[in-house]
Amino acid sequence: MSAADQVLVAEGFTPPGPGDFELPAVFGDSLLFTKPALLLVLAAVLVFGFFLVTSRKMAMVPSKAQYAGEEAYSFVRNGIARDIIGSSDFIRFVPLLVALFFFILINNVFGIVPFIQFPSFSRVSFAYALAGLVWVLYNGVGIWKHGLFGYLKHVTVPGGIGGPILLLIIPLEFFSTVIVRPATLALRLFANMFAGHLLLILFTLGAEYLVFEAGKAAYTPVGVLAFLMAIAISFLELLVQFLQAYVFTLLTAMYISGALAEEH
Amino acid sequence: MSLRFLAAEGEPNPLLPHLAEIVLALVVFLILVYLIARFVMPNFERAFAARTQAIEGGLAEAERKQSEADAQLAELNKQLSEARHEAARIREDAREQGAQIVVEMREQAQAESARITANAHAQIEAEKQQVLSQLKTEVGTLATGLAGRIVGESLEDEARQRRTVERFLAELEDQPVGQSS
Repeated sequence: MSAADQVLVAEGFTPPGPGDFELPAVFGDSLLFTKPALLLVLAAVLVFGFFLVTSRKMAMVPSKAQYAGEEAYSFVRNGIARDIIGSSDFIRFVPLLVALFFFILINNVFGIVPFIQFPSFSRVSFAYALAGLVWVLYNGVGIWKHGLFGYLKHVTVPGGIGGPILLLIIPLEFFSTVIVRPATLALRLFANMFAGHLLLILFTLGAEYLVFEAGKAAYTPVGVLAFLMAIAISFLELLVQFLQAYVFTLLTAMYISGALAEEH
Repeated sequence: MSLRFLAAEGEPNPLLPHLAEIVLALVVFLILVYLIARFVMPNFERAFAARTQAIEGGLAEAERKQSEADAQLAELNKQLSEARHEAARIREDAREQGAQIVVEMREQAQAESARITANAHAQIEAEKQQVLSQLKTEVGTLATGLAGRIVGESLEDEARQRRTVERFLAELEDQPVGQSS
């Protein structure tokens, strides 16, 4: 904490912290009925609802709704799955990647939707869950394709390298591919959402405090400025939210593609 | 846990997972994947395939029609040039035939006129012979008649002689002497 923060704390402002992400259960005391948990379910319902409605009546010449659905679906199907995994294998992974992208996107965008304003993936458990699933999937796909030892060799021994340097390379590659990947995947998503949300509540609560509670007229313009900053950060967050959903899906596709690849 | 030191005292550690949340996220997400694979993806893929099919089918159909039209055009052009050839040939034939007909007609006419001329000559000759032979007999008869008359009547005077001759000539005029030519 900086000195300025401590002054504010001394005057009664409580800065937001990790505690603001521990929301109480809506009813009962189970973690399954907290706001983030319900948002998670809501996001799944929204994603499925959107695609169900837009894909129900498929016409040769699409309606507006169908066009929207097709564009969204094709964005992941062609833009991520087919481009990264390649046209021979990608189709099996399309449902997963489509679900992954839109599920994460909607959950992230909840962070700036009025009255919801909480990005579900600022709960690290959710990010761990998806990253773990992706980890199981790409390793499973690799083992299915190359066999257990074939896959381990595929992962740890880069082509064209031999001799004693392998003693160094093999542990490093194993570490980076098998251990670091899921951790970075989960933490990248979590940390972006967590930090973004923290920033937003810091600016909005700070603005509120400065304008209404600090009791000094001199603070009011600063408070207004902080509020404007919060609005600007909301737009920045929108970009980050989209980007993180995209990156997560893109990396998943790349990991699958790498596991499926022939010998390098 | 060492991670705990990252958080401020009394604050919950945001990096610590909760099993219930992990299970919830997995279940919700896997259900979503299943639903999309089961109800959404087939519709989209079917529509894409149908659209690709329609476009490719349309292109193939257009290509087929185009080649058909080309073939028909070539056929028509061929027929047209054949017809032109035919017409030219017929015209040529007609001209030749016309010329031939004219020549034939001319020959025919010449032959006919030659024949008619020959006929006329023959007829004239025949009539001439007939007249000549008739004249020969007539002249004999006349001479005989005139001589008898002259001898029978007395030749008294010149006037009488002249009368006789005149009467004879008048009779001669009255008497038909055969067809003149």
